[in-house]
Amino acid sequence: MTLASFISWFTGAFVFGIVIMLGCVGETLTEKSGNLNLGVPGIMYLGGISSLSAVFMTQLRVREMIAEAAAVFVEAGNRAQEWVPETGLLKFLTQPVTSAITVKGAEASYRVFFDFNGWIGVVIAIVAALIGAAFGGLIYSFLTVTLRANQNVTGLTLTIFGSGVANFFGGSLNKLAGGVGQISVATTSTAFRTSFPWISTAFGKVSELLFNYGFFSYIAIVIAIIAHIYLNKTRHGLNLRAVGENPATADAAGINVTKYKYLATCIGAAISGLGGLYFVMDYIKGTWANDGSIESLGWLAVALVIFTKWKPINAIWGAFVFGLCYWVYLYMPQGVSEILAELFGVQKISHLQSLYKMLPYIVTIIVLIITSLRKKRENQPPQSLGLSYFREDR
Amino acid sequence: MQQSACTLKNVKKVFGSIVANNNVNLDIRRGEILSLLGENGSGKTTLMNILSGIYFPDEGEIFVNGEQVTIRSPKDAFDLGIGMIHQHFKLVDVFTAAENVVLGLEEKTRFDLKKVAAKIGEICDKYGFHVDPYQKVYNMSVSEKQTLEIVKVLYRGADILILDEPTAVLTPQETEKLFSVIRNMKKHGKAVVIITHKLHEVLSVSDRVAILRKGEYIGTVNTAEATELSLTEMMVGKKVELNIDRPLPVNPQKRISVSGLNCKNSEGLPVLTDVSFDAFGGEILGIAGISGCGQKELLEAIAGLQPCEEGSKIEFIAPEDETPVSLLGLSPKRISQLGVSLSFVPEDRLGMGLVGSMGMTENMMLKDYSVGHSIFTHTKEPHDLAERIREELGVVTPGLSTPVRKLSGGNVQKVLVGREIAAAPKVLMTAYAVRGLDINTSYTIYHLLNEQKAKGVAVIYVGEDLDVLLALCDRILVLAQGKVTGIVDARKTTKEEVGLLMTGKGGDK
Repeated sequence: MTLASFISWFTGAFVFGIVIMLGCVGETLTEKSGNLNLGVPGIMYLGGISSLSAVFMTQLRVREMIAEAAAVFVEAGNRAQEWVPETGLLKFLTQPVTSAITVKGAEASYRVFFDFNGWIGVVIAIVAALIGAAFGGLIYSFLTVTLRANQNVTGLTLTIFGSGVANFFGGSLNKLAGGVGQISVATTSTAFRTSFPWISTAFGKVSELLFNYGFFSYIAIVIAIIAHIYLNKTRHGLNLRAVGENPATADAAGINVTKYKYLATCIGAAISGLGGLYFVMDYIKGTWANDGSIESLGWLAVALVIFTKWKPINAIWGAFVFGLCYWVYLYMPQGVSEILAELFGVQKISHLQSLYKMLPYIVTIIVLIITSLRKKRENQPPQSLGLSYFREDR
Repeated sequence: MQQSACTLKNVKKVFGSIVANNNVNLDIRRGEILSLLGENGSGKTTLMNILSGIYFPDEGEIFVNGEQVTIRSPKDAFDLGIGMIHQHFKLVDVFTAAENVVLGLEEKTRFDLKKVAAKIGEICDKYGFHVDPYQKVYNMSVSEKQTLEIVKVLYRGADILILDEPTAVLTPQETEKLFSVIRNMKKHGKAVVIITHKLHEVLSVSDRVAILRKGEYIGTVNTAEATELSLTEMMVGKKVELNIDRPLPVNPQKRISVSGLNCKNSEGLPVLTDVSFDAFGGEILGIAGISGCGQKELLEAIAGLQPCEEGSKIEFIAPEDETPVSLLGLSPKRISQLGVSLSFVPEDRLGMGLVGSMGMTENMMLKDYSVGHSIFTHTKEPHDLAERIREELGVVTPGLSTPVRKLSGGNVQKVLVGREIAAAPKVLMTAYAVRGLDINTSYTIYHLLNEQKAKGVAVIYVGEDLDVLLALCDRILVLAQGKVTGIVDARKTTKEEVGLLMTGKGGDK
């Protein structure tokens, strides 16, 4: 393997990893409260589509507003022309304003607004993703905590709901933009992919491997670290874990179980939603594809929660390992692929791709087997994961 | 006259159509131990759950230190200094002792487990017990967990302590230790409430006894003026016979012969070591031991549910036929067809043998699902059986199709034990058949076991209450850490001797 292809494998895995890492950290928080939210794919969809449509609609609206302003300006100019001769007073005042110049001016000011302010788009995108995804978490908590609906069913439904909503609006956006693949929030996406200055180039190949990613990648890693500290070093983290382990105990200890479950689920969903945001804005560069790719990433995020043994700190390297596994088919030496193709009776080597893509799941299963064999209590899922809690239940 | 710490007035609590507490008046005083006595389902635990904020009363008033209060949540209860030690421990298994202690506390200081550990040490010194703050709960024994529960409420500054059946899972020695701690707390001016239905404990530890019957408050008496009989009468509402019948075994025949039995658990550690004994038809063989000493594995090995090591021997001798049949290697189904029946009542009562979400009838059907060849189920016979058990054992249930999960613990057990006995076994093994049952129901069950004994059935009874084992059984086999430390004649032995054997110390005598 050449160095160039290693670097491209490494960076591909890194960016891929950030998406599922965010999904995983959010889901870990949620599961620590005892809520098994299988709606992660749907929530990541919600986060992605919320950010994309918010930025896109803002762009559209700003463009419209400037065009409207220009139109008003043009009309005012025209009216001045008509009006002036009637009064006979202001004849010397104006040169007729041509609409062409004004519209050009508006276009220019629009570009100035957005070219220099891709960061406005970043803020809009993040806020929208957080709200959209947290809304998914809110639906889930309302159904499972307040109404005590079955968690598995609710989660799966949420996945279907999220992907439906997202693909519906994704399709509409495509239409508004004038066809599939025409959506572009390039300025915002470029802002998202801005890496930190100096360090991203200072150390040659090392910088290329580690420091040359969009700034949001590093925010994501910081989120994972904060989640780790929160869960293990703070009073509230301890309480949250107690809620997921044994809500009756937590309740008897004076912890507001409902509040913790709601907050952990909504905040967890918001973090998972940032994975969708990262996917749309950084990974596929501010476009939309109705190909279900977010969904498969969402399931990988769920698998990653198991792989990391419910510890956000493990998600940082675990996600990267998943990324390496996921992309390994592009970088597999020809010889190995040929042997495998022979082994599985595959006609074309490119068909092996699907087999390679199973790797993250196989790794997860192996981890599950190992942790089950070792039977260490700390590596088990929260004890009351998937169960609803009712204080006066007998 | 001691100072009143907490007073309940006309408290009422209703669950659906069941009145759990009605018109309860209670006065809890400082520097005093109050026993709360009542049968199963008489509402003792419900009442204390109201005090500790788990349930909210439908009617009535609560006064703490003379002021009327509203307790809406466990947190409110803590703030008022009320701490409850639940029957089923409220501890998080994967947390350390210290983490469990600070759980849910909203202290303003920095989160520092070392300080917590130091404070736990202080509390332990004051009242005379030991807790390792860094030990994980899942590594603790039952009595250690209970101690931790007590530390937990003391840490929160509770001065009204409620203990819900604290001795149910303790050995006599551990119980004595617990009582000395409780007396210590009394000396320090705490108000202590103990929920129990072991009469001798009530008499030995408490100052006053409050009695509930079917949710109704009956009255409070001074322990000094009470006797076992008078308390039972208040509890049950009628005169009861407190002596357990023990007819001499008639024509005992060897029914089960176990020798050299060795078993290992899933982690490869030995749970049973070289166990040998015989069980006879027409006799009740008691098995005593601290919980988790291999009783469960022993019964399961006989029932074919537990794999045994090489060289173990378990033989069954049918009454009509003298040739012994080896039970090893037979499927559990085949063993139960031979007439070996096992009814195990685990701590949570539903864990083994009953399906919580099914009604009584359906639970009866579980046992003989394989009878008949039609693809449709036969409901007639199970329904009749369920009806019979309900009548004979007095199971309180709204209907035969009500999920058994919704019944109170005692009633669930009646269903389970009733079903096993109805299978007309030749060997009846029961574990903890009266676990958590009140006196009246317990006696019904002892009576049922005696009936089986009279029919020539070999009864193996694993029990917790030594007094009962001594009064009911013909012989008692004592297990300690998977080894038989003695088989004694129940008519001649003493509680102390059995207690010592249980700790494994009397083995060499």
